Amino acid sequence: MIVELGHYALVMALAISLLQSVLPVIGARRPDAALMEMAPAAAIASFIFVLLAFAALTVSYVTSDFSVQNVWENSHSLKPLIYKFSGVWGNHEGSMLLWILILVFFSALVALFGGNLPFSLKANVLAVQAWITAAFLFFVLLTSNPFQRLNPAPIEGRDLNPILQDIGLAIHPPLLYLGYVGFSICFSFAVAALIEGRIDAAWARWVRPWTLAAWTALTAGIAMGSYWAYYELGWGGWWFWDPVENASFMPWLAGTALLHSALVMEKREALKIWTVLLAIMTFSLSLLGTFLVRSGVLTSVHAFATDPLRGVFILGILVLFIGGAFSLFALRVQTLSQGGLFAPISREGALVFNNLFLTTATATVLVGTLYPLLLEAVTGAKISVGPPFFNLTFGPLMIPLLLAVPFGPLLAWKRGDLWAVCQRLYFAAGLALLTALAVTYFATGAPVLAALGIAIGIWLIAGAITDIALRSGAGRVAVPIMWQRFKGLPRSAFGSALAHLGLGISVIGIVTVTAFSTEEVTTLKPGETMVSGPFALQFEGLKPNTGPNYTELQGRFIVSRDGNRFATITSAKRIYTARRMPTTEAGILTLGPSQLYVALGDETPDGGTVVRVWWKPWVTFIWIGAVIMSLGGITSLFDRRLRIGAPATRKATAVSAGQET
Amino acid sequence: MKRLAKLMAVAKICLLSLALPALAVTPDEVLDDPVLEERAREISAGLRCLVCQNQSIDDSDAALAKDLRVLVRQRLVEGDSDQEVVGYIVSRYGEFVLLKPRFSAQTLLLWAVPVIVLCGGLAYLIINAGKNRRSRTGMLLSQQEQADLEKVLSSRDHDS
Repeated sequence: MIVELGHYALVMALAISLLQSVLPVIGARRPDAALMEMAPAAAIASFIFVLLAFAALTVSYVTSDFSVQNVWENSHSLKPLIYKFSGVWGNHEGSMLLWILILVFFSALVALFGGNLPFSLKANVLAVQAWITAAFLFFVLLTSNPFQRLNPAPIEGRDLNPILQDIGLAIHPPLLYLGYVGFSICFSFAVAALIEGRIDAAWARWVRPWTLAAWTALTAGIAMGSYWAYYELGWGGWWFWDPVENASFMPWLAGTALLHSALVMEKREALKIWTVLLAIMTFSLSLLGTFLVRSGVLTSVHAFATDPLRGVFILGILVLFIGGAFSLFALRVQTLSQGGLFAPISREGALVFNNLFLTTATATVLVGTLYPLLLEAVTGAKISVGPPFFNLTFGPLMIPLLLAVPFGPLLAWKRGDLWAVCQRLYFAAGLALLTALAVTYFATGAPVLAALGIAIGIWLIAGAITDIALRSGAGRVAVPIMWQRFKGLPRSAFGSALAHLGLGISVIGIVTVTAFSTEEVTTLKPGETMVSGPFALQFEGLKPNTGPNYTELQGRFIVSRDGNRFATITSAKRIYTARRMPTTEAGILTLGPSQLYVALGDETPDGGTVVRVWWKPWVTFIWIGAVIMSLGGITSLFDRRLRIGAPATRKATAVSAGQET
Repeated sequence: MKRLAKLMAVAKICLLSLALPALAVTPDEVLDDPVLEERAREISAGLRCLVCQNQSIDDSDAALAKDLRVLVRQRLVEGDSDQEVVGYIVSRYGEFVLLKPRFSAQTLLLWAVPVIVLCGGLAYLIINAGKNRRSRTGMLLSQQEQADLEKVLSSRDHDS
């Protein structure tokens, strides 16, 4: 009964979304306040209905109701409770439902907190959101219904893919979808603005918090996914340039560009047309990502959908929304005025530089991901585009961008003085140079690129600190006044400094682990010892163990350094009972920022076990940096001017009025 | 409880009979010469495992990947250069095995897109900047406006 109610709620949500897609637009055109008023109410109602549907599916999972096909295929009565919850979205149907839930959640947020939006803009934004909602509800109801019943009901389920039975599944997809789908709001704002034919700095002020929120979630989601792959897949890699990773990375790159260009538009009313285009592109890439992952076009661990109808359906949605938005853009671009002039050397100029490189990077990842598919479709030739391609193209694009980062926040708006900024960055540049020399000196034989990479990381970190220090008046005022100024700095200043600092930390982690990690593979018998980095690992042998829905063989290692035993590592090979699927559970010992990573392999006939050990210096910096970047996003989100719309708006009009006279 | 016991029994059989995945390079494959081994690893990282999903043969557990790894090492031991080894594998398995496609008519666009976007964007910005400068000179004040402006400014000077 609950299952049918869930299904019914989903149909109700579709009906409401259809109304919400049409009536507010008519209302905004006429104008008819009553018709526009229905948009927020409908948005909240469809959120409640989708939430009910999601709750219904969750109940079926938690109670292990195997009469529901989706539950039978992806759950098991012995599965731990947390995975019964997270398993709801550990499959195609459920994950699409989560996608829609987050979409309507964002619509409801606009409905609730968009009180200071112009009436017609709010109506149009919610209508565009409803178009997307309706399209995806159709998709779920027609091709991927999670509420399909089975008769007779099986006694036991087929269990969740063991790789997904991890805390990562509880966190990674929701965060990722918050990011992916969060960009839908920027898209809806862009399309609504195009419909209205009017875009100003106030528009950017409304779009920026949504972009920030989506970007923050996406950053955290990608980092989480990366760490999950790192410890779960068992070969210690943290980024594989897998098409599915690229699918989430492209919206991130475009979203990062959007975040920066929206800043220019908000502060200086420049780059309007570009910002709108970027908002459309970012969500288009999210849709493309959804298509790539959900259609089964790519063969990957993530693609649990192989039904061609689904692929065609999502492709239709993709063409409709991306094509429609770009056509609308082409039609309306003339009506938008390009405002705010600036010299090439200026804050705006730096942000344009940022956008140029991020857009090129996005295009590179896009072409690398799609090229094999397109080439095969057109000529039938099969090629592969993998990590070596991306490292060779994406890497060099990042170097000028990263080098430019510390300049951006120090340049003045409109017209900047590059030489003056260079002087302010002496300290950061000196520190970076010293680091490069130190790396080359201490790590003999270190590749030049490693020294350069670490120096860039230090440059970013020191640059971010310089930015905050100068804003607080370092070198110009006394320390107590500096402290006062420091406390009075806008949150957005801390936000961008934190994000750039986090970026520097990630860069250091990436470079260090790429250049200095070591890998040992050997066969050990119980009692034997192997060496990895500065450590010795003594193998204690294998021991069987049973978990709730798996059995495993645990291998224990005693770790010592210079003869002192100080830790043990347990690594395991698991077999999940229901699917009879083996997985490796890597043993990871975190020492400061570095990690010792142990994975077990086959047993050899003579009683030994294949053991692989990686020493990964500073590897955690990669994710710590990403977390700091997300914290920067959150900090910016709490900036005064994003929280309090009204006074800021008045100020903005006063400034623009001042410019006109 | 009985069901649980039965499951455990099944699991035990699985544990005994099922071969667990080997982890990519196994000790028996590793060459004695560390320089050759290093070269083998580098070559392997650029070759795709044909039966896997987006994995290099260096990362893959598949049997075919192991065969290829052994083949790469054999050729290296026999004195082939890196190019010769890759060329040999490509001649047997086609361009599909290369994770970094070769530059050719087919892959022209793939390699060109980053350059086109970057240079195109740069060119657009430069042209636009030129246009802006021209339009800015067009926005200079007329003589009348200039006179008015001076009047306003001078009156303010008197005020202060």
